[in-house]
Amino acid sequence: MFTPNLEDCHQPVVELEHVSFSYRGQQVISDLSFSAKERDFVGIIGSNGAGKSTLLRMIVGLLPAGDGQIRLFGQPIRKFKDWERIGYVPQKNAFNPLFPATVREVVMSGLYNNKTLFRRVGKSQQQKCDDAMEVMGIESIAGKKIGELSGGQQQRAFLARAMINRPDLLILDEPTVGIDAKTQADFFELVTHMHQHHHMTFLMVSHDMGMVESYLGQEPKQQNGSINFYVRHSHDIQNCEVPDLQHSLS
Amino acid sequence: MVIDIMLSDFFQRALAGGILIGITAPLIGIFLVLRRLSMIGDTLAHVTIAGVALGFLIEVYPLGAGLVFAVVASFAIEKLRKAYKSYAELSIAIIMSGGVALASLFFTLGMGYNTDVMSYLFGSIYTLDTQDLYVVGAVTVVVVAVVALFFKEFFLLSFEEDAASVNGLPVRLLNMLITVLTALVISTAIKIVGALLVSALLTIPVAISLLIARSFKSSVILSVVISEIAVIIGLVIAGIWNLAPGATIVLLLILLLVLTMAGKKGLSV
Repeated sequence: MFTPNLEDCHQPVVELEHVSFSYRGQQVISDLSFSAKERDFVGIIGSNGAGKSTLLRMIVGLLPAGDGQIRLFGQPIRKFKDWERIGYVPQKNAFNPLFPATVREVVMSGLYNNKTLFRRVGKSQQQKCDDAMEVMGIESIAGKKIGELSGGQQQRAFLARAMINRPDLLILDEPTVGIDAKTQADFFELVTHMHQHHHMTFLMVSHDMGMVESYLGQEPKQQNGSINFYVRHSHDIQNCEVPDLQHSLS
Repeated sequence: MVIDIMLSDFFQRALAGGILIGITAPLIGIFLVLRRLSMIGDTLAHVTIAGVALGFLIEVYPLGAGLVFAVVASFAIEKLRKAYKSYAELSIAIIMSGGVALASLFFTLGMGYNTDVMSYLFGSIYTLDTQDLYVVGAVTVVVVAVVALFFKEFFLLSFEEDAASVNGLPVRLLNMLITVLTALVISTAIKIVGALLVSALLTIPVAISLLIARSFKSSVILSVVISEIAVIIGLVIAGIWNLAPGATIVLLLILLLVLTMAGKKGLSV
């Protein structure tokens, strides 16, 4: 019987080497080295002001690292061009709620990247959008304005947007802030289900320890200042096979 | 009498210029309003006036000089916005006062052309000559083409700039493009409605469309339609009753806004 080699199929996805960051003379992140491999679920937990959002912004290139090296999929971040491999779910308050965009328009925007400049949206992109909305169970509200939805529905729309390219790395920045406890639990269950059934690496920032400990354990794998890293390694999940996105959630 | 005015060359040039500006102003205005940069219109308009004043002073095509001033100012605003990231409105205040100061300096240096400059302050669509119309036409082609080409990118940039960055879009370049297009639209629109009223043409049609549109695409289309209704009806009314055309268009837009708000309130009660 074929047994996959777990070491070989789990390449590093995000690597931080001796990364530091200072803001207005104050050291926010100091000499941090960390790596997340394929199919890892990393919870970056810390109180407000601990620097976890700063860290996430550095990882996605929104902030330059003061010192040290950041690599995405083995490439230094400055040379990284394959942004469609990354899905990003922002904080709930990252957008103007009065913006006149429909759910479909928001989900579709996940396809607009450096490689689709000057290209028109065709039928295959429309189909990708329909598929992503169907997987997240929001196809019935596709025509509604994003600002008119509940917090949970909005986050599902943003998750659909992040998933539309079937990314290899999904980054979630405090995705459940300002959402009621029941919806938070539902959302987290959806995310963990996706982790178990998709060939994806997850990086999630949260200040809510309670929500992640059931999935990631109570002991942080690593600490840097007030930021704690909780990791569920990919070898906790059975093997390296790539399941189909559509089937696994249906 | 009314028909005579409508058929006159100056009125037809005014109508053509008005219709073109009626397309470009809300097309750029929607991205400014949604990114909470409505005041940028006023700022660039004041700087344009300084350029126009200099144009008269050194006898260069005033609209062209105004256009150059507006484009340079748009770059300066972007630079200052980066320097004062947490106080983005500071850049607007600094450039606006700089524009007014320069304009008044050029006014005092060339006292003889004050009436000409006044027409740029309050607009004088009936004095639009063929050369002006060519400039407005060229700007319209550029604005419509660039917005059509980058429509989806401008949408994401306005909706959530961070997501646009994470997707690898050239955010700085796109921001700069919107600012330069804004400068082009404003420097041509001041001949129609005047520097003091130009931001109304950029923002009020958008404000009305935001009340009724059900999607981003429909809000863009609606704001252009509303702007065209106001420009065409406003020019006709101004022509018939000999009113100031720029002011008539703006007041008509405000009336449409009030009616839409009242209609919406009536429906929701």
